[in-house]
Amino acid sequence: MATITIREALNQALREELARDEKVFLMGEEVAEYDGAYKVSKGLLHEFGPKRVIDTPITELGFAGLGIGAAMAGLRPVVEFMTFNFSILATDQIINSAAKMLYMSGGQFNIPIVFRGPGGSAFQVSSQHSQALESWYAYFPGLKVVMPSTPADAKGLLKSAIRDDDPVIFIEQERMYGQKGEVPDEPDFTIPLGVADIKREGTDVTIVARSLMVPLALKAADALEQQGVSCEVIDPRTIRPLDIDTIVESVKKTNRLVVAEESHPICGVNAEISAEIMERAFDYLDAPVKRVSGADVPMPYAKNLENLAIPDVDRIVAAVREVAYLD
Amino acid sequence: MSKQTAAPPSAAQAEEQQSSTGVMDAPADVDSHQLRRERDSAKEQQKARLSGLGSDQLTELYRQMLLIRHFEEKSAEAYVAGKIGGFCHLYIGQEAVGVGAISAIRKDDYVLASYREHGLALAKGMSARSIMAELFGKATGCSKGKGGSMHMFDKSLGFLGGHAIVGGQIPLATGTAFATKYQGTDQVTLCFFGEAAVNQGAFHESLNMAQLWKLPCIYICENNQYGMGTSLARAMSLRDIAQKACAYDLASEFVDGMDVLAVREATMRAVERARKDYLPTLLEIRTYRFMGHSMSDPGNYRTRAEIEKYQERDPIKLFSASLIEENILDQKALDEIDQKVRDEVEDSLRFAEESPLPDAQELYTDVYANPIEPGRK
Repeated sequence: MATITIREALNQALREELARDEKVFLMGEEVAEYDGAYKVSKGLLHEFGPKRVIDTPITELGFAGLGIGAAMAGLRPVVEFMTFNFSILATDQIINSAAKMLYMSGGQFNIPIVFRGPGGSAFQVSSQHSQALESWYAYFPGLKVVMPSTPADAKGLLKSAIRDDDPVIFIEQERMYGQKGEVPDEPDFTIPLGVADIKREGTDVTIVARSLMVPLALKAADALEQQGVSCEVIDPRTIRPLDIDTIVESVKKTNRLVVAEESHPICGVNAEISAEIMERAFDYLDAPVKRVSGADVPMPYAKNLENLAIPDVDRIVAAVREVAYLD
Repeated sequence: MSKQTAAPPSAAQAEEQQSSTGVMDAPADVDSHQLRRERDSAKEQQKARLSGLGSDQLTELYRQMLLIRHFEEKSAEAYVAGKIGGFCHLYIGQEAVGVGAISAIRKDDYVLASYREHGLALAKGMSARSIMAELFGKATGCSKGKGGSMHMFDKSLGFLGGHAIVGGQIPLATGTAFATKYQGTDQVTLCFFGEAAVNQGAFHESLNMAQLWKLPCIYICENNQYGMGTSLARAMSLRDIAQKACAYDLASEFVDGMDVLAVREATMRAVERARKDYLPTLLEIRTYRFMGHSMSDPGNYRTRAEIEKYQERDPIKLFSASLIEENILDQKALDEIDQKVRDEVEDSLRFAEESPLPDAQELYTDVYANPIEPGRK
């Protein structure tokens, strides 16, 4: 197994799927000649040419809709948002066209498209460039939402997303592109959508974390082990559909749940998981579910304020200790 | 590059628009001689157009327009009777646009439309039965009763909806044109939208990409002069919509939307550009809707006199008069077509009435093409 970055893993997935299927093309701002604003598409223009790797004008609504139309006519577009912050301009097409087309056409037009790019907090880019939007997209039936946290997951899930016959929102974490990890060498390595991964097994408290929160939860679990608390860390990887069964099974074992996310708490994915656990595993809980979320404020610029807005290892540790009634 | 500049409205057309709506600015030097010359020349043009088509083709154009008219009249009745729910946007008055334009393309070409699409679906070859059943929310409808009035689809006929966010279909159509070029076919896409959609960003973003990337999409702006109850004059700073194509270096034409053959010819020119050279075109087709924006429109934003003025140029009456004048069809033949079409619409109503409602299980089908049971590896 090779050790590569998430950036390289995504690049490999794109390269392999472009090579595998002529119907796949990549489109977005700066994906071609610039090699990608975050270099995820590095070298792809050179390898596949301008027909398959296409620089767009800065016109998010337009090229999102164009991609969906191309999918209606038989192609399998991968549309990159330079960041998901800019996808907000394209939400009409993503929600009103991509998510609903199959249903309102009575099953005639599925939309095999991937909208991908970095999301979540970045480093000191303030309010409009640092936000987690997964709960928006996860709200809509018709969409699938994927958030990888390791290079292997990034590669395997992106390949599955491109092969999927439905619209997939694939949110990469902006701070995590350089993170390294082992990725299997086999040429057709994929990871199925909708399957959670137990990143660390434990017995006392379950921590559900996604994206940026996964490495933090694992560090918290290390720290808590020193304190005599065994944590199970679950990464759902796919937010919609959510593999709630894996979480329920874990809670039945540990009887305690902490859910960590960098997005705002209101109407968020943590809120959804908490409600599901109350409905499905209430009798197994020995403590109320504890949410750890990003601050309920727009992202500030100042470094100290930004640090306060994003959950850290200490907050996850404190939440685990709280549900374990240790303090 | 075969490019045409936007032709401004003729003096006759401008004069008429001015007198009837007060919307268009009439040229200062409109005089009666010029008007007469233009009308004479229009008549000659019409003669040439009629002679350029066989009587079968002309009859078919007439039949389609009449089918749409009667279909929509029956839809209105069924709506009032409570058989059709939700919104219902009728095409009455605009028949020449859809029929003329779609007669200029092939069966394997794509059509995308707004929510005012019953007539366009008929013109693309969808059956009155499947459309009426969809309006009735029945399982036999073209979208299995899940789309309704605003979301008609038929994949086998290249009718790609029925989209209900103003302007939303414009990027989609740009995408189908992108796909046909990518796949190396010579299919073209017709994208229909109302003039109010021109104010949406989606229109401008799409035209820019279409010309930049040379995509075979024909943008057909059906200018019926009102976005719901807001007139063009109250909503648009530059009202000659065809001129807006200049901003994107796009070919464009102004077309009389009450003349089915003029629409057909202009569309054929655009189709040729698209098929041969992958070039997009913007057609501004001036038309008028004789009914309200939807069935719930009180209509207090325009006068009865204005509507009647336009009804004098009813596209169906104009065309039937031409057909009779040129001895292509006689009144008896027209009456026979009328009866046939009425029978077809009645049949569609019966079919819709008798069809079953969607099965309750249909609520949860068609959400995903590839449904995933979470946790199943």
